Amino acid sequence: MNIKHTLLFALTLLLFSACSEQPKLPILGPREAIEIKNPDGSTSTDTLYKTISAFSFLNQDSTLLTNDTFKDKIYIADFFFTSCSSICPTMHRHMKEIFDQYKDNDQVMFLSHTIDYKYDKPSVLKKYATKLGVDGKQWQFAYGSKDSIYKIAEKDYLVAVIEDSAEKENYVHQGWLVLIDKHKRLRGSYEGTDEKSVAQLKKDIAILLDEKEETK
Amino acid sequence: MRKPLLAITFLITIACVVYSCQNAGQLQQDVYYVNGRDLYIRHCQNCHGANGEGLALLAPPLTDTTSLKDNKSKIACFIKNGISDTTMIIAGKKYDGKMPDFNFANIDIAQLVVYITNTFGNKQGMYSPEQVAKDLKNCQ
Repeated sequence: MNIKHTLLFALTLLLFSACSEQPKLPILGPREAIEIKNPDGSTSTDTLYKTISAFSFLNQDSTLLTNDTFKDKIYIADFFFTSCSSICPTMHRHMKEIFDQYKDNDQVMFLSHTIDYKYDKPSVLKKYATKLGVDGKQWQFAYGSKDSIYKIAEKDYLVAVIEDSAEKENYVHQGWLVLIDKHKRLRGSYEGTDEKSVAQLKKDIAILLDEKEETK
Repeated sequence: MRKPLLAITFLITIACVVYSCQNAGQLQQDVYYVNGRDLYIRHCQNCHGANGEGLALLAPPLTDTTSLKDNKSKIACFIKNGISDTTMIIAGKKYDGKMPDFNFANIDIAQLVVYITNTFGNKQGMYSPEQVAKDLKNCQ
């Protein structure tokens, strides 16, 4: 009788432990199937995920900012402008919290693109960063041509940005905070003005940092 | 047994009537405060914070009672016309950013100011739309 019980208990325990697999973040964006050649000459199918294309911007120190800056890092990207008084302050209030939490973690970076290509020159971005209390290289502020920034927003980070002179502040944009992994893939998109969504982002950063490197 | 109960009920009723008469002013202030809070959440909180803590050096806090008191007659102007090219020292820190203008009616400004000056540790009492009109005349 007792042995039977113990056995049952052990089995149940085994069943539960089998379920507690590490949570994994989805890979977002369109994908396509590609054929790859194996070392032994045979072919098999693999999935090609959407990645952030190569870019080249100036940062708040007027130095060049490219994909290489974010090599082997996970990073959180967003689109804003310094004179925005609607959603940007809330987005950056939340992003600053995360920045403070991961300060000096060399695996995590932040990238804020300005969509105000007319006014937000690197010196303006620098002033903004300083006032926000951001120093050093971990949080980069990107300045680029309208074409390059608006294109990367829409095509790669999947964030809508519009210049609209009918608007009081000239620009309309979405407040997504986009989580990018070490392979430049989109792993999450979070509403930067929403407390709950930002809490989820914080959890997901930890999950992404824990993710084991896939063997390729 | 019945009589004391009646007497007590009567006394409580009288007390309530007297209390509510005395607090008609307080009641109006409370209405302003609640409406002002709605306005604050919608228009001000993103920069100045849910607890009036401000946003680093981009937006000043509203928790500095002294600054708020000293500038009370200017707050209406700040809200109505915005702030630019002005440096302010608040709680020992320098703020020189811009604040957008909000084209509010006097009543809205009054309600907003009642909220701001009676929360976040402030306690400055009532502020009427008439006072707003007066203060707006003296905007620089």
